[in-house]
Amino acid sequence: MKEILSGNEAIARGAYEAGCRVASAYPGTPSTEILENVIHYREINASWAPNEKVALEVAIGASFGGARALCTMKHVGVNVAADPLFTLSYTGVNGGLVLVSADDPEMHSSQNEQDNRNYAKFAKIPMLEPADSQECKDFTRLAFELSEQYDTPVMLRTTTRISHSKSIVQLEEPVTGLPEPALVKNAAKLVMLPGNARIRHPFVEERMVRLSEAASTMSINQIELRDTSIGIITSGTSFQYVREVLPQASTLKLGMVHPLPTDLICQFAESVTTLYVVEELDPFIEDQVKAMGIAVKGKELLSLCGELTPGRLRLSFHLSPEGTTPVDGGLPPRPPNMCPGCPHRGVFYLLNQLKAYVTGDIGCYTLGFLPPLNAMDTCVCMGASISTASGIARVLPPEQQQRVVAVIGDSTFLHTGINSLMDMAYNQVPATVIILDNRITAMTGRQDNPASGHTLMGASSDAVDLTQLCHAVGIKHVRTVNPLDLAATRTAIAEEMARPEPSVVITNKPCVLIKREGVFTRGAAYAVECGVCTGCRACLKIGCPAIEWRPADDGSKKGKAYIDPLLCTGCDVCRQLCTFGAIRRMS
Amino acid sequence: MSDRVTNILLVGVGGQGILLASEVLSETFMLAGYDVKKSEIHGMSQRGGSVVSHVRYGKEVFSPIVPEGEGDILFGFELMETYRSLPLLRAGGTVLANDLRIAPPSVLMGQAVYPDDLPERIKQRFPDMVLLDGQHLAIEAGDARAANTVLLGALSKRLDIGDEFWFKALEKMVPPKALEVNKRAFLKGREF
Repeated sequence: MKEILSGNEAIARGAYEAGCRVASAYPGTPSTEILENVIHYREINASWAPNEKVALEVAIGASFGGARALCTMKHVGVNVAADPLFTLSYTGVNGGLVLVSADDPEMHSSQNEQDNRNYAKFAKIPMLEPADSQECKDFTRLAFELSEQYDTPVMLRTTTRISHSKSIVQLEEPVTGLPEPALVKNAAKLVMLPGNARIRHPFVEERMVRLSEAASTMSINQIELRDTSIGIITSGTSFQYVREVLPQASTLKLGMVHPLPTDLICQFAESVTTLYVVEELDPFIEDQVKAMGIAVKGKELLSLCGELTPGRLRLSFHLSPEGTTPVDGGLPPRPPNMCPGCPHRGVFYLLNQLKAYVTGDIGCYTLGFLPPLNAMDTCVCMGASISTASGIARVLPPEQQQRVVAVIGDSTFLHTGINSLMDMAYNQVPATVIILDNRITAMTGRQDNPASGHTLMGASSDAVDLTQLCHAVGIKHVRTVNPLDLAATRTAIAEEMARPEPSVVITNKPCVLIKREGVFTRGAAYAVECGVCTGCRACLKIGCPAIEWRPADDGSKKGKAYIDPLLCTGCDVCRQLCTFGAIRRMS
Repeated sequence: MSDRVTNILLVGVGGQGILLASEVLSETFMLAGYDVKKSEIHGMSQRGGSVVSHVRYGKEVFSPIVPEGEGDILFGFELMETYRSLPLLRAGGTVLANDLRIAPPSVLMGQAVYPDDLPERIKQRFPDMVLLDGQHLAIEAGDARAANTVLLGALSKRLDIGDEFWFKALEKMVPPKALEVNKRAFLKGREF
């Protein structure tokens, strides 16, 4: 049977076919849909963890217990999970363990474009890199087998183009006869005290040598000789672009990008006249081929930045680009925007009005940076809003200190923000934190989290009480506000900014995209009364997609506001900005 | 079956249902026996930003994204995004555009103007252009929400794929209660 699957759907299918029993992850584009699809296979216990470190440790536990375990995350998530990952390399596994790192060259939805192939080399573990959805499924199965065969975690690296592209996949039946999970004591392997770790490290080095030798005969590393004047070593989606743009070139396609098949590379280099490496981001393969003493061209032709495309590859090889038809410049851009009725919008409007210096975080609310809200001054990584606010506040005089406000979502707060808040309370830093609690992990597509009261598998769960949690780490001043009530929210934020102590304001309105019954309810739409509207544009300052400026017919600068009744959710925020009473709820 | 790969680009605004339309297309091509690849970016772009979905089919497809300047058909769900994406199309390519304007933020705020001559500007560069009012035709078919299916119907006339595969794909991808109206909408689109 065949189906069209995305890379992420195919990885989920591969885990199922491999007899995987546990899957754990924190959502992150472009990895999120893997676990969302794993839940279709009820044999697998799938769950969202509060962060990637926890997710990997859950998978490690399942592996130690003897089950095959999958852990998935976006590239920057591996930074969070790096601590257990490096020691997991030493302990190895019981049941097979596969860690998916979904990288994001071009930063379609990320704050950096780090090349996580470097982690495989750094942590001394094998890494497979599929080039389409069929390989996503097949390599996931193979990764579990290699993991057990070589007593190692295996990384499976995708990129956005692999995770989110769809292609045809031949499905297979799941494996049977895997050993049942059980408790087995083996402290010398699993207790990484110095004495044991010193014995495991040589094992790791020897394992990588064995893998490197085996790599030259693995069928996933494949030489295809065509025209031998050009030979290209490549992997992943780059392989597809090479086949598209340089169909006559000979290729060495690497299914395993670490460790490299050195014998196979030597053999290929001898078969071709000029050798190239075509890879996105870092010269990861190229540097190692050069270290083998083989002349090769790579990054002198290809960029270190961004993703590869067929057009960019064509330019690199000095092939004439296909004729494209340019369009006149000056088209208005179309950046992403917060949804109509988003409970974050009013908060950012007020932060701008209050001249706050806003340390931001990762989520939909990062869009508060864009005009007309213009209310974010820093954004580094998950959880950093609170700790950077804490650091900035330490170096400023009191009148500037008061302006520092951290904003963070519920899911990001539970991810790593809680540690930062502990620091702020412990060290008594007088900054203000706003937790934008919309009851969901919104940006990645509405995933549940420990504060939402539901699990990935659909079970009810006790929701974390954010107020009590803040109190428990030592914050004395915690208050909850309705962010759709601008006056109350403004008062709360202004008072807490003025307070010379650490404090937290929690907003309590849900994401408008939540479909679960009884969480978000759409209200009656609002309308502008044309006769009353003075055209002052006050309502446009919140940047709501439902509100449009309609110029007057006479070509003058006059005009009126208009609210699209199909888009308006009835949040009421724009009505509060209209001092003329021109915006009214429709009955 | 020709060896040539056909390149289709679906462009519009996040939230317009472009991903579902590209799923129906891909399913149709697979059912008709072709190799298919499709690619688009999820994430930030879903929050009302520009969306481009690439669908390619043929005997064997390598790249999941359409090489720049090699698009055969630009399938536009919104006018400004259709115009913005013209450089993806090959010379002499076909434009099939929905006559719908969705104002981007700067236009909503009165800081920029939505150009009113886009259909003419597109036609000037790509004479093989069809403009249709998907929303209006969908209402005629019975449900405004079937606008994308009208557009798919219009596209189907320009591709050499048997009718049965289109209907099979619709049956698989569209919820049963919406199937009849979607079939009507599809046939409506075929009139163009």
